[in-house]
Amino acid sequence: MTDAADLPAWAALSTAILLLLGAGLALIGSLGLLRLGSFYERIHAPTLGTTMGISCMLLASMLFFSVLQTRLVLHELLIAVLMVVTTPVTLMLLARAALYRDRSEGCDEVPPPPPPLSSTPDLHCGSPRTPMSAREAAINDKHAPT
Amino acid sequence: MSASLLTSSVFLAQILLAMACATFRLLRGPRAQDRVLGLDTLYVNATMLLLTFGIRTGSTLYFEAALVIALLGFVTTAALAKFLMRGEVIE
Repeated sequence: MTDAADLPAWAALSTAILLLLGAGLALIGSLGLLRLGSFYERIHAPTLGTTMGISCMLLASMLFFSVLQTRLVLHELLIAVLMVVTTPVTLMLLARAALYRDRSEGCDEVPPPPPPLSSTPDLHCGSPRTPMSAREAAINDKHAPT
Repeated sequence: MSASLLTSSVFLAQILLAMACATFRLLRGPRAQDRVLGLDTLYVNATMLLLTFGIRTGSTLYFEAALVIALLGFVTTAALAKFLMRGEVIE
């Protein structure tokens, strides 16, 4: 608080606006996580905070410390790169895990698994026709009690 | 001075409210994947909270903590999603 007092007004104002935008986006994303109906709708909501929200926060932090120390402070780019790389990976893994769990329990709201590669028989050199049909039969058996 | 204190408390209140929503989803999620999603959101919100603390106090020490929390959040969510998918983390 002692350092923030001698910041010029334009830097303080733009830092405050960026922080307000980032915090508001995080709040909207978390409200969506709270309010939306199914898991597949809910998984979209927090990405508001993880992309735009945290990048606004990091821009505010970069601007604030660059003006405060009168040199270029860019170490917040580490968090930005980390978020950009890891958010799609984790949410894709989580969505695949949820889809797998719903399918293995025979839930009606998810699409059925794609058919196995029986449409391209030349990929398999003749012999695996019978294991393929056995696998199809197993999948059909798994989906029969739904 | 009191104006900047007021605005920073507005940001902190917004992020704390977002963390409360994520905690509610973590505690009340109907299934396990909802809880994991709530935990992931909680990690991201904690990163943003630490960045806001760093701007408020004017010290770059909070940045290191924010980086560590972001890294731990990725590892945690990836491991939990792998556990939900396969039944074990390292196979």
